[in-house]
Amino acid sequence: MSERHIVILGNGITGITAARTLRKRSNHRITVVSGETEHHFSRTALMYIFMGDMRYEDTKPYPDDFWAKNRIDLKRGWVHSIDSQQKQLLFKNGESLKYDTLILATGSKPNRFGWPGEDLEGVQGLYSYQDLEMMERNAKGAKRAVLVGGGLIGVEVAEMLLTRNIQVTFLVREKTFWGSVLPIGESAMINREIQAHGVDLRLETGLKEILSDGEGRVRAIQTLSGEEIACEMVFLTAGVSPQIEMVKASGIECDRGILVDRFLKTSVPDIWAGGDCAQHREAPEGRRPVEQVWYTGKIQGERLAANICGDLAEYDPGIWFNSAKFFDIEYQTYGWVMPKLKEGEKSFYWEHPEGNKSVRINFEEKLGAVLGVNVFGIRHRHQVWEQWILEKKTIHEVLTHLGAANFDPEFYSQYEIEIISAFNLLYPDQPVELKTKKGLFSKFFAKILK
Amino acid sequence: MSDITANLAYESHSIAHHGPRLRISEKIALTAMGIGSMLLALSLIAVNGSTSETLKNLWFNISWALAIGGGGYFALSKHLKDRPGVRNQGKTTDSLTARGAWGWMLGIVFTGFYIIIYWFPQYLEGLTRLHDGLSQFLQGKPADEWFVYGTVYTILTTLMGAKAIAKYRHNRYHIVRTSVIIFAQLIFAYLFPAICVKFNQPEVYLTYFWPLAYDKLFPSTVMHLFHSGGLGYFIAGWFICGTFLATPVLTYYFGKRWYCSWVCGCGGLANTMGDSWRQLSDKSLKSWKIERWSIYSVLALIFSLTVLLWCEPYLPASMKEIVYQIRRFYLFGIGAVFSGVIGVGFYPLMGTRMWCRFGCPMAAFLGLLQRFNSRFRITTNGAQCISCGNCSKYCEMGIDVRHYAQRGQNIIRASCVGCGICATVCPRGVLSLENGPTNNRYNHEEGLSLLGKMKSR
Repeated sequence: MSERHIVILGNGITGITAARTLRKRSNHRITVVSGETEHHFSRTALMYIFMGDMRYEDTKPYPDDFWAKNRIDLKRGWVHSIDSQQKQLLFKNGESLKYDTLILATGSKPNRFGWPGEDLEGVQGLYSYQDLEMMERNAKGAKRAVLVGGGLIGVEVAEMLLTRNIQVTFLVREKTFWGSVLPIGESAMINREIQAHGVDLRLETGLKEILSDGEGRVRAIQTLSGEEIACEMVFLTAGVSPQIEMVKASGIECDRGILVDRFLKTSVPDIWAGGDCAQHREAPEGRRPVEQVWYTGKIQGERLAANICGDLAEYDPGIWFNSAKFFDIEYQTYGWVMPKLKEGEKSFYWEHPEGNKSVRINFEEKLGAVLGVNVFGIRHRHQVWEQWILEKKTIHEVLTHLGAANFDPEFYSQYEIEIISAFNLLYPDQPVELKTKKGLFSKFFAKILK
Repeated sequence: MSDITANLAYESHSIAHHGPRLRISEKIALTAMGIGSMLLALSLIAVNGSTSETLKNLWFNISWALAIGGGGYFALSKHLKDRPGVRNQGKTTDSLTARGAWGWMLGIVFTGFYIIIYWFPQYLEGLTRLHDGLSQFLQGKPADEWFVYGTVYTILTTLMGAKAIAKYRHNRYHIVRTSVIIFAQLIFAYLFPAICVKFNQPEVYLTYFWPLAYDKLFPSTVMHLFHSGGLGYFIAGWFICGTFLATPVLTYYFGKRWYCSWVCGCGGLANTMGDSWRQLSDKSLKSWKIERWSIYSVLALIFSLTVLLWCEPYLPASMKEIVYQIRRFYLFGIGAVFSGVIGVGFYPLMGTRMWCRFGCPMAAFLGLLQRFNSRFRITTNGAQCISCGNCSKYCEMGIDVRHYAQRGQNIIRASCVGCGICATVCPRGVLSLENGPTNNRYNHEEGLSLLGKMKSR
């Protein structure tokens, strides 16, 4: 295959994974374009920069000389438009860059729902490096912030602001935090955790408008119920949406995101897209068409690079998994655990009496096959759960070997016995007995690894 | 590129943090610690051989009580007023922990202390005399500067160990490990040797083995022990077994950590007093390269020296002179300058494990065993890594843990001391220290997204 110039727009996890995969598989000339930062950094670590756990340079997953060593050119600049006829990028400063193949990995931007006052100074989201810089400026002298929208970014922003002694009021429209994703048990646990850290959590509270101080800065917000809350900062943390204005204007077919087929091709030849900005015309089973998750960006970057190199295959994200941390409570999930049970599904939930650890396993009512797990405050093994879900192990089999999934540090209390006792109380017909305790390469795990 | 307005503020500017304000009780504690420390310092000029016992003991008791009480209260309060959890906020912005003015000042104080104790111990006379009472009680003889050193070292390990336990109290691995570190230092590296002296036995440090305690297997030491009868045989046997039996066996089962972050006093000080500076270790590939050259050179040097010393009776006179010179160089260059002045002195500037990483021959030996013949590894949990970098940042050994974690690879590095902090600070539950079968211990085939090698794909 002749060597081509492959230009990647966006140096987030998708773009960079594509670049690395292309380099491993080919000798194509590779250029990564970004206006945001010179080098790839871990977006998920923005909060640690603000809190002083890490410096910006610590969040770069690869050393600066990595790119030259791997012959990946970096180009800093904001793109104004894509000229797909001439196959070139036109930059805002008038420069241009020719490509043979273009990968769009432009990421997201914080959602704005047209709230009155959302463009005032002091109102912002948190996604990009520039957002973080803005947050740094806005935080100067701020005493109180209001966060609008309960999700993962909201919790992170709350944690960040508290380290600067800024009071946080957190408006969540739902009855309970992240209620569209978490079942009530887990969600209630996180409500408590958020409050325990001193956040003023307002459930079932929406934003009506953001009020100006008369000089273009935020002075307060007003909730739907009419209450006015004075604040110097407002964070719009109700999710993100694909950053596609420029792409759309350049004539590439878009809906909410850049439309791609199962091979991650866009409507224009030689232009591919992946990651946060992409919208799958046919989403993989059970998945949303736009899925803004770190690892799916990674897989898509890898997949589309392989496809460009001729190793054509459909995008397949595999069994769903994810993780997060809500203040001090870690969360991992494998498979599907929906907030509301579907027909024919059952759910087993165990919560530690202290209310900061829990395990929920959802399973099919008839056959007992496990569908997914939520673990809070306990770490579980990815490979083990993936295997269990793929092989449709029954809830009884899984509980019998539950120790094989335990990934907690040494000397930690193990709760498998308590969990199983709780299960046996609910289902006394076929009591489960724990056979596999925690420990690497307990028989079960050794089998999987071999 | 004039259109780029973004300037990377964080690369050039430090950010002002506003941590919780000091409580009144903390201010009082700090004052007590300050007065205690000043009294200790004052003894350097105000106490001498003719100071009365009563005054010395009073001085000793008051100054240490204030320093320990105040310092201890402040250190514990700092962490206990927070909810349990990972708390590294401000580490990269605080002057003390981010090589600011406080860090530099403390680095100079530490380094200066080592220079004085090695080369100008006479200036410590006043402080040494202050410790006569305690020394008489424990060792049955007046103090020397090394008794003072041991006392300060043990107090710092214990006090800051308590602080480390408070900081990591949500994690039982650190509670257990830190408790063992304190115990090993207090009992085996302080009280036991002192009591040996009191009962006219050889002053033995049971937890330091060759080649870290380089003279433990020198012919002079071994012969001396053999000649001092029953206990001497036991002790000589202990050290020989320690190096040649316990080290390979324990390292096979648990990795190098059984020693470096559970028993050893150097690691002990690093993980207690030094914990606030662990993030300063250099993570670059270049420093890894230097590390391998330097640490294995020291190992080769001490190995050769020990062999030469055993062969000494058969060596020509000219060689004996060379062996003597090597020995002199090792004692001065490695034993004093490297392990003390740089090893601890540079804590606030270059991180806590300079000696363990670049110099310690025991770490080199353990590292080789860990790398090639051990069940230990740090496991990466599937594809959960988000490349945030906390693991690499807080690795005291300068290992770029993230490099492996984001590729889904297990982490098996000769230098890893198994402190467990990478697994603790990971916000996604990706890392775990584990001992298991040695087959498939390295899982280094890289599927970029990690899913390449998982069953679903």
